[in-house]
Amino acid sequence: MFRLETAENPQTLRRIAIEPLTRVEGHGKVTLLLDDADHVHQVRLHIVEFRGFEIFIEGRPFWEVPISVQRLCGICPVSHLLAATKAMDLIAGYDRLTPTAEKIRRLMHYGQMMQSHALHFFHLSSPDLLLGFDSEPTRRNIVGVAREFPEIAKQGVFLRKYGQEVIRHTAGKRIHGTGAVPGGVNKGISRAERDEMRRDIDRMIEWALSAVHLVAELHRAKPEFYDHFGEFSSAMMSLVDADGAMDFYHGGLRALDADGGTIFDGVDYSGYQQVLEEEVKPWSYMKFPHIRSLGPENGWYKVGPLARVQTCDRIPTPLAEMERRKLVARGEGKPVMGTLYYHWARLIELLHATEVIRDLLDDPDLLGSDLMADKGERRSEAVGVIEAPRGTLFHHYRVDENDQVTFCNLIVSTTNNNQAMNEAIRSVALSHLDGKTITEGLLNHIEVAIRAYDPCLSCATHALGKMPLEVDLIDAEGTLVQRARRNMGPER
Amino acid sequence: MSDDATFMLDGRPIRFEAGQSILQAALAAGAFIPNLCHHPEFKPHGSCKLCTVKVNGRASSACTTRARAGQEVASDTPELNRHRRTLLQMLFVEGNHFCPGCEKSGQCRLQALAYDLEMLNPHYEHFYPPRPIDASHPDVLIDFNRCILCALCVRASRDVDGKTVFALAGRGTAQHLVVDCPSGKLGDTDFAATDKAAEVCPVGAILPKRVGFAVPIGERPFDIEPISVQAAHAAHAEPRG
Repeated sequence: MFRLETAENPQTLRRIAIEPLTRVEGHGKVTLLLDDADHVHQVRLHIVEFRGFEIFIEGRPFWEVPISVQRLCGICPVSHLLAATKAMDLIAGYDRLTPTAEKIRRLMHYGQMMQSHALHFFHLSSPDLLLGFDSEPTRRNIVGVAREFPEIAKQGVFLRKYGQEVIRHTAGKRIHGTGAVPGGVNKGISRAERDEMRRDIDRMIEWALSAVHLVAELHRAKPEFYDHFGEFSSAMMSLVDADGAMDFYHGGLRALDADGGTIFDGVDYSGYQQVLEEEVKPWSYMKFPHIRSLGPENGWYKVGPLARVQTCDRIPTPLAEMERRKLVARGEGKPVMGTLYYHWARLIELLHATEVIRDLLDDPDLLGSDLMADKGERRSEAVGVIEAPRGTLFHHYRVDENDQVTFCNLIVSTTNNNQAMNEAIRSVALSHLDGKTITEGLLNHIEVAIRAYDPCLSCATHALGKMPLEVDLIDAEGTLVQRARRNMGPER
Repeated sequence: MSDDATFMLDGRPIRFEAGQSILQAALAAGAFIPNLCHHPEFKPHGSCKLCTVKVNGRASSACTTRARAGQEVASDTPELNRHRRTLLQMLFVEGNHFCPGCEKSGQCRLQALAYDLEMLNPHYEHFYPPRPIDASHPDVLIDFNRCILCALCVRASRDVDGKTVFALAGRGTAQHLVVDCPSGKLGDTDFAATDKAAEVCPVGAILPKRVGFAVPIGERPFDIEPISVQAAHAAHAEPRG
C-alpha cells in the first residue's frame, strides 16, 4: 500500500475535491481526506474520463490509423502520428526507411518537442515560477508574464512558433498534418523551406540556452525550495540509442532505480510486455504501469524530461550536454528527484531539440527525393515507441489478413507517470497543506506539482488562468460545510 | 436577350445543345450548380436533390430537367442554398463522416460542397448508425459509414462494368447499399480494382486498399480551390465541342 493512497477510516474524515483538474485527455480531479486538525490522510489523483481510442480503432484499416490516433491530442499529435506510423511501417512490410525519410521524420519530431516544451514552460508554468505560486491568481498567467517579463514572454512565443513552423514544413500543417506514412514520408523538404528554417535557428538556440539558465538560477537562488518541492524517490525509464545517448525518435528501453542502478537496458521495445505490466485501480480510469520484475508496489517509475536527462549517458549535442551535466551534478552522484527539476530538464531538452534541428537542416540528406522505402514482408503485429514530449509513448497493434486492426494498446506518456504524479501531490500535501487552512494559493501548490509533469491538455484551461476548480468541505456526517468554486460556470 | 439555344441562369445567358439538361449546359459553360449524384458519364439519377433550381419559378432538379430556350433559372439564391445546406446536414448526420481521419478528405465532393455552401455545423442530431466495413476484397475497401446512396457505383457496375455488383436495398431511412452475392461480401464477387465502379465514389465509401495519405493534406484538389471554382476552370479547359 502506498503512503497516503488509502486512509484507514475514510468515513471519519473530511473530503476535499479539486475537480476537474486538467490532464492529458482533459478531465481529472484530486481528492484529499483530512481529519479535524487538518492533517492529510489520503491524496489521490483520479482520472475520471474514458477515452476509448483503443476500442474504436478496432476494425479500421491500418493505413488510416496514424492519422486518426493523432487526434488523441492537440498538443503533441506528431508523437502519436509517429509512434503509430512506426508500428504501421512494420505492419505494411517496411523495415528500414530511406535516410531522407527518417531525417524528415526526426526533424518533425524535434520540432514537435521544441514547440511542446516551449508551450509548457512559457505559457503554462512560467506564471507559477516567475510570478509566484500564490501570487494574485488573476495575474498568474502568460499575460501577467508578458507584463512583468516582456522579453521572456516574447522569446517563449517565438520558440513555440518556430517549432510549429518546423512541423508545418514537414507535416503540411501545424496541427494534425500528415507527413509520416507507412514506409516513409509523403512530403519532401525544398531548398527554400530548408533555408527559411535555417535563417532563425541560431537565435532559437541562443534563446533556449537563456531559458535553461533562467530555471537553473531559480534552483541556485533557493535550493531548499526548488530542489525539494514534491520530492520522492522513484525509478526512471526512457528510450536511449545504441550508445546510451539521448534519442527521442528511436532506441532501446532503459530503466534505472532511484540510486541510478540499472534495472534493464537495451530492451527491444517490441517486447515491452516482458518488462512492463499494467495494473488497474477502481478509483481511476488511468492504468498504473509498473516494471514487471519489481511488482506493482515497487516497480512504478517516471518518464519524461527528468527521467530522460538522467537515464541517458549523454546528450549528443554540446550545449545541451553541458547543461545536463550541471543538473546531474546537483544530485552528487545520485539522481535528482525534486518535481520542479522537471522544468529544468525540459528546457535542456528544448535546447537539445534546437541543436538537433540545426544539425538536420545542415544535413544534405534532408533535401533528398527518395521518400519511400522498399517494401518487404507484411506483418500481423507491431509495436511503435517514441519519446514524446511528456515521456515514453507505446503504440501496439495487431492487424488481420483483411488489413483491419483487431487489437490496439496505447500506453501514453502520462499513464507512465500516473503513480509518480500521485506521489508528487502526496509529497506536496504533506509538506505544504498538512495542518493548514486551505487557500487558493495552497491548492495551486497541488496544481504546480501536477503541472510539472506537463499533462497534455493542461493548456486548455490553465493557460489563461481559467483552470476550473471546485473544492467541497464536507464534515464527518457528510454535510457540505463549504464549497469553493473557480471558473466552473454557473452552479447547477 | 435569349435566342433559340439559350436560357438564363441567375441572370447570365447559358447556351445549350439539344438534349442537354440544365445542369450539363451550366457546367459546360463554367457555371457551377451544386451536385452530388451527377456524373458526366452516366444517366442522371436525380436523387441527391442538391442541384435543385427554380425554373420559371418552379423547383426542379437541374440534372433531370432538359434545358429549353428562354427558361429563367435561379440557382445561387439564399433560399436554395439554405435548402442545400439542410440536405448536406442531413447527409452528414445520417452516416458517420469523420473527415479528419478519412483518406478522401480534400478529394471528397460531400466535404467540398459543405465548405462551398458554408455549412458550419451538422445542425441535426447525429444518427451514429452502426455500419460495417467490408474489407474482404484484396484490393478495395467499402466503408459503409460514408455511403450517401448516390448510386454511382450501382450505375457504373451495371452500365460500364456489366457486373451489377451493387444495388440499393430497403426504403426511406432504411435504404442501404448492398453487394450482390450470397455472402454479401465484396471479396466473393468478381469486382476488380480496375472496374469503373471502383473509381466513381464521390465520398470515401469505396477506396483502394493500402493507399493512405500519399498526397499530403493541403495539396489535394479541393484543398487548393473550392469545388465551384474548379468546375469553372474545368469548363474553360475543355471548350464545348
